[in-house]
Amino acid sequence: MDSLISAASVIAAGLSVGLAAIGPGIGQGTAAGAAVEGIARQPDSEGPIRGTLLLSLAFMEALTIYGLVVALSLLFANPFTS
Amino acid sequence: MSIINQLSEPILLLSGIDVGVHYYWNFGEISVHGQVFIVIWFVISLLLLVSLRGTSKMEKIPHDSQNFVEYFFEYTNSIAKDQIGEELYKPWVPFISTLFFFILGCNWAGALIPWKLIELPEGELAAPTNDINTTIALSLLVSSSYFYGGFKQKGIGYFKRYISPTPVLLPINILEDFTKPLSLSFRLFGNILADELTVSVLTILVPLIVPLPIMGLGIFASGIQAIIFSTLAAAYIGESVADHH
Repeated sequence: MDSLISAASVIAAGLSVGLAAIGPGIGQGTAAGAAVEGIARQPDSEGPIRGTLLLSLAFMEALTIYGLVVALSLLFANPFTS
Repeated sequence: MSIINQLSEPILLLSGIDVGVHYYWNFGEISVHGQVFIVIWFVISLLLLVSLRGTSKMEKIPHDSQNFVEYFFEYTNSIAKDQIGEELYKPWVPFISTLFFFILGCNWAGALIPWKLIELPEGELAAPTNDINTTIALSLLVSSSYFYGGFKQKGIGYFKRYISPTPVLLPINILEDFTKPLSLSFRLFGNILADELTVSVLTILVPLIVPLPIMGLGIFASGIQAIIFSTLAAAYIGESVADHH
């Protein structure tokens, strides 16, 4: 493997997960905060709120996972090296 | 990855990381990933066994296995009903339920069964859903079935969907047909692969006890992913069969 390509790939892999984690992190924090507020106001509706929260957290998680897929394909299945 | 391999040569007996290494079976021109097929056949036979046992002797008052099967069936039934709607959901229940149980079975088969004990010439046995071919096949099934559902329901009027609300959105609406299967398959693939990689890396670093909570989290996340995949499949189908007037 060309050393320049591998160095660039490793840096890009790190950046792709790191940058992809920023947005979903903020989003998950906001969602969880709002859910806690909702439960504090109406403790009766804890069940449905928790279900919806988990489902939407998993959707946000998927955005970071896309970054992870890019990182993994750069590390293990790099198209630029033969 | 070679750095990790050099660092921990003896521990690799416990847990190596094989990404992109496959156990190929060759059929003439085509070569397939054998390790995926082995685990898929195992999952399919397990599901068949459970469902046959649950439905062979149906009784008015359900007992053990029938009760178990009915409980899960009611759950997937409610997924389809919530997303597709009261009138049209019936024919789609088998498809949605199959997706849910197959994905759940695949994810948990990778997480719960110690496949490491079985040696393969190359690669390793793991969850079938951490191979991108499996997840892409599943998501293409979903896309073709929502096309089929929409055509069957509305005929040629199905294409009105592409120019609504305005014809300006035509490119975006077409693009959506490609991004739906892409995001479905990548979400499932990435989550399962991430779970297995996290567990493997932690096992290399600390082989005892420490990976256990992560394994628990992985099992939980695998279940959530199965729910999400089937919910989204039902939502896409519901969106294309629904009448907007």
